[in-house]
Amino acid sequence: MTAFGSFIKKEFLHILRDKLTLLIVVGMPVAQLLLFGYAITTEVRNAEIAVYDPVNDALTKRIIERLDASKYFNVGERITSTDRIDRVFREGRTSLVVVFSDGFSGDLLNGEASVQLIADGTDPNQASMITAYAGSILSSVAQELAEESGVRRATVTPVVRMLYNPQGKSAYNFVPGVMGMILMMICAMMTAIAIAKEKETGTMEVLLTSPVKPLLIIIAKAIPYLVLSIFLLALVLVCAVFVMGVPIAGNFLALCGVSVLFLACNLFLGLLISTVVNTQMAAMIASGMGLMLPTMLLSGLIFPIESMPAALQWLSTVVPARWYIQAIRMIMIQGSPVACIMPEVGILSLMAIVFIAISLGNFKTRLS
Amino acid sequence: MLSFLIEKEFKQMFRNPIIPKMLVALPLMAMLVFPWAANQEVKNVRVDIVDNDHSSLSEKISAEIAASAFFNVSGTSGTYTEALDKVDSDDADMIFNIPQDFEKCLVNGEAAPMVVATNAVNGTKGTLGASYLVSMISGSSVFNEYSEKAAGAAAAAAVNIPSFSVTTQYRFNPSLDYKVFMVPALIVLLLTLVCGFLPALNIVGEKEAGTIEQINVSPVGKFQFILAKLIPLWILGFVIMAFGLVVARLVYGIVPEGSLETLLLFSSVYVLVVSGFGLIVSNYASTLQQAMFVNYFFIMIFFLMGGMFTPVASMPGWAQVIAALNPLKYFIEVMRLVYLKGSTFIDMVPQFLTLCGFALVFGLCAVVTYRKSS
Repeated sequence: MTAFGSFIKKEFLHILRDKLTLLIVVGMPVAQLLLFGYAITTEVRNAEIAVYDPVNDALTKRIIERLDASKYFNVGERITSTDRIDRVFREGRTSLVVVFSDGFSGDLLNGEASVQLIADGTDPNQASMITAYAGSILSSVAQELAEESGVRRATVTPVVRMLYNPQGKSAYNFVPGVMGMILMMICAMMTAIAIAKEKETGTMEVLLTSPVKPLLIIIAKAIPYLVLSIFLLALVLVCAVFVMGVPIAGNFLALCGVSVLFLACNLFLGLLISTVVNTQMAAMIASGMGLMLPTMLLSGLIFPIESMPAALQWLSTVVPARWYIQAIRMIMIQGSPVACIMPEVGILSLMAIVFIAISLGNFKTRLS
Repeated sequence: MLSFLIEKEFKQMFRNPIIPKMLVALPLMAMLVFPWAANQEVKNVRVDIVDNDHSSLSEKISAEIAASAFFNVSGTSGTYTEALDKVDSDDADMIFNIPQDFEKCLVNGEAAPMVVATNAVNGTKGTLGASYLVSMISGSSVFNEYSEKAAGAAAAAAVNIPSFSVTTQYRFNPSLDYKVFMVPALIVLLLTLVCGFLPALNIVGEKEAGTIEQINVSPVGKFQFILAKLIPLWILGFVIMAFGLVVARLVYGIVPEGSLETLLLFSSVYVLVVSGFGLIVSNYASTLQQAMFVNYFFIMIFFLMGGMFTPVASMPGWAQVIAALNPLKYFIEVMRLVYLKGSTFIDMVPQFLTLCGFALVFGLCAVVTYRKSS
């Protein structure tokens, strides 16, 4: 056991004596969380509208003012000809053009009055949200007009409740996602180099001639990084809660538990990469470039898993971050009971065991 | 001399055990797999229906929701709280609650509001899902009969209700297809990954292997040295760009509205920008791990704060300032403008000058920060 203890000490010294790398490893996740937590947002805010208003009377003015007053829109250019619509879009700033029909106010009673919403469809979701918001403002004006004329109709419009996130803050969705992505990448990249480095610098021979068993060598490699990454997790959580204002609605201990499990899982994944490759360059390419795309695109961070085709949904099940992000969205934001995240916990535990078993299988005790 | 150096770079690249594999696997993944994943379209929203009314009307509405391609009725609950538990445990995304005596109230012209409660953790999905359901219900033909019945005698005068119609049209991407939006972006992503990461690992790799010593004592100048590193990446960038354009056309049928030459011109400048940046990182780093961490940090910022996935216009002001310093933002804009809107070079001169500025600054910095003496 003393040999195991000194192994862990050796690994700690490896980390602590490379001050610059340590600084990068600690500073980077916090900086990324703060940047991405604020910057990744799909809320519609102050979208530029251009208006084509051939009537220009009290009613159309009232509608335009209503649009301008909402937090979603800023009315910018008043265009005077429909030929300019394409031009306005090509210049790139305007996302919606509102076109009133000729003689809009006069046609209100004969059913020919119309408003056309022409949106820039480049970004499909932004375009649908923008037209949905504009449409609901227009229909509330229509409702008012009907009431002003003295006609009463039973309303069938349902009341909408936004659960967990009534203000529709993007941070509630993206902060758990960003946490999952950052922690996964940094943990895997840290340990991916650990064994590859020993192979390249030749110190692997010394390790292999020691009486310590391969399993213990691998675990001794992981423990100091686990301590470091738990420290990172604490930093990231403090930032998420106190700086970004994301709540921890559910059980705090469950959140910590599933997070530590996730960290361990990724550290083992890094070690697995490290046992497969022979050079540090290969370790960095595999962990950095190889993992970046799957964690960014298949984890549910930006693109919802349920919108993907079945084959990709199936592929995404091997990305640990997918399960972690799903679990902490439930625990942090929804405040779901702990029992709800048991499937995710089970899958992450299974992954950790599989990763460590494969690393052990790949770990060659013979000198080449 | 330069040609020998370039030959050396190519040999180093292709004789490396992992780089050639990566150069095959990464483009295939990025262009053939990820366009299917990069989809924020809201569909298959799971609705849990709470029917407190049990009338023929409430059944008709429920059937209408079930028939929609957009919603999946995942179940029904006896009470609203029961349905909330389902949302808590992620077994449903949305609750549709029909109040007691709903039909009776409607016939009498009284208000008995239905409730749509949606899981809004993902704000986009919550907002769009709720707004689709609301517009489906409000426009439902099931209600029109009732409204007319309820209005009764007043209905005769209903012709005089002032109203206007609202129509919606989407330009440039009328079917709101996510691939049209994402495939040009994924070409940029691929180009950035390959031409941004390889140079970052390059010089520091030579430092760690010790071979940089030989270059340092040779008569190769700093400028020549950096140029010899940039030219192979530049050629590689062209190959990747061509691959991306061909796949976009053959697999997804996405063809630029504007000119191909414009795209190639912009990409040739852009490759210099990201490779120059990678070389600067490599000059400063003393180990491969440092180079990788630092480069990963910046490339993630390029990707996530450049409007590739989420709009720059929605970011807070300070983040937009950072985005303005992000070369990828300009190249993404150009790709989408040319691909979707057919903008011409004249429209995009500001972007071109900005990218040239980046290329010049990063290139010069890469030369200056490379030191032949340790």
